[in-house]
Amino acid sequence: MRAALVAEYRKLLSTRMWWVLLIALAAYLGFIGVVLAASFVFAPEDQSGTTLHGLDAAKAIYGVTNAIGYVFPLVIGSLAMTTEFRHQTITQSLLVEPRRGVFLGAKLIATVPLGLLYGVVGTAAVVVASAPLLGGWGDGAYLGRSDVIEVLALSVVVTAIWAVIGVAFGSVVPNQVAAIVVILAFTQFVEPIARFALGAFDGLDQVAKFLPGAAADGLIGASFLGSMNGGPADLLPRWAALLVLLGYAGVLALVGRYTTLRRDVA
Amino acid sequence: MPAAGPALTFDGVAKSFGPVRAVDGLSFAVRPGAVTGFLGPNGSGKTTTLRMLLGLTRPTTGRALVGDRPYVEHERPARVVGAALEASSFHPGRSGLGHLEVFAPQVGVSRDRCRELIELVGLGAAADRRVSGYSMGMRQRLGLATALLGDPPAIVLDELANGLDPEGIVWLRGLLRRFADEGRTVLVSSHVLAEVQHTVDDVVIIAHGRLVHASSLASLADLAAPETYVESPDLPAVDRLCRERGWTARPLDRGLVVAGVSAADVGAAAFAAGVELHQLASQGVGLEDVFLRLTGDPR
Repeated sequence: MRAALVAEYRKLLSTRMWWVLLIALAAYLGFIGVVLAASFVFAPEDQSGTTLHGLDAAKAIYGVTNAIGYVFPLVIGSLAMTTEFRHQTITQSLLVEPRRGVFLGAKLIATVPLGLLYGVVGTAAVVVASAPLLGGWGDGAYLGRSDVIEVLALSVVVTAIWAVIGVAFGSVVPNQVAAIVVILAFTQFVEPIARFALGAFDGLDQVAKFLPGAAADGLIGASFLGSMNGGPADLLPRWAALLVLLGYAGVLALVGRYTTLRRDVA
Repeated sequence: MPAAGPALTFDGVAKSFGPVRAVDGLSFAVRPGAVTGFLGPNGSGKTTTLRMLLGLTRPTTGRALVGDRPYVEHERPARVVGAALEASSFHPGRSGLGHLEVFAPQVGVSRDRCRELIELVGLGAAADRRVSGYSMGMRQRLGLATALLGDPPAIVLDELANGLDPEGIVWLRGLLRRFADEGRTVLVSSHVLAEVQHTVDDVVIIAHGRLVHASSLASLADLAAPETYVESPDLPAVDRLCRERGWTARPLDRGLVVAGVSAADVGAAAFAAGVELHQLASQGVGLEDVFLRLTGDPR
């Protein structure tokens, strides 16, 4: 298993994709951080209905590594699996490690450090971009508060989990283009709409909490999307959110193991 | 120096893809200490057979063994069999050396060994270049380096000579010959007999997923029907010689055609009998013709 982990780790770092996406993540989240902080800080006071203030504003912004940035770890994770099929390196991978469960397990675990790095860089980009605005012109940056630090630390953790879910998803949808299209469509379109729509009905809003993005919000305890919806969002408790997210990874990986990775490799 | 190679055994191996029977009950063995050519036209099931040997494809029935067990049941299989299956299976964004280093941990070799191999296959200068810039021949060399990482006692190469330059082919021939002489098991597939004719000791020929011939190359050559054309200032003497040896000869142009006998044998006989020859030429059905006949459509 150790050798498989080293191999998977080298696969991730031996092409340019990881740092290209990392730079894109930092630039994107930095931009979002500035825009959001500015919009909160300089919003006209009379439209306070949907505008957040003080601590809530800071937490919502600090949480966008997850709320908006999660597509990046998902994509890098799914690429780790789908490039094997796109470039047929899966053949060589299974020649050196025919135990397909070990192969998949190593890929899932080897993505964690990279996911953590994405989390650290993404969160740092958000903070660096937004804290000066919040602190200088707004109600404060609140960087010393323990609940804010929790949000930041858990943003890093949840990013790593997203990367693992990405690998698991890639094992279910090994076609690279299809995987990326589905990830983009789901994260940018399907889930946000589903959360709004489900949240509008009594009873169904309980279902919305279990959607992956909502569960991730529950884990970090701050919901950008939920906050925008008006009022404090209805989120899962942290432990439950963590279990739900790991459940997504586990179920997807199992499905991948017994579909894609059970088939003949040709 | 590796241990003697394992035998590769195919025991009634068959594979169906839906209604298509790609491999249809193949049984043969590949012995260590020799280069075995695995031959058949495109689409005859060679690659599928090799993939079944290496645990990438599951046989519908039958089994393939490396030594005493299937490939996937070996502790570290890439140390037992080194395989190069396709020239295209590299990540284009990874360097050649990077490709080897990715697989080195599971083969159980160091980065130094990767560097050593990339030099061995003649890619030293291109080691740090991305594979997307490699030519077909360079990819084949990289595939070979990957197969040889673990210094395996058995080597399986699928159509490796494809895209290699003539110099590379000669070099590869020498390498395979050395491996066989060291006692390793060497299996090379090709759809062109001529490509491996000068390399192999044994031949296994399949067509339409079925075994049509397995023997030494020499026995395959026996299937060829050689004819020898001779000219001599003393044709009656040649004719007499043929009758003495029980050879059938027929006149053609200004000479005789001796059926079923190689030029070497006719020449030796004439020399022994002191008969002067002015021409001695092989003709008739060659190895390639035999190969085509064996693999031709049976319908």
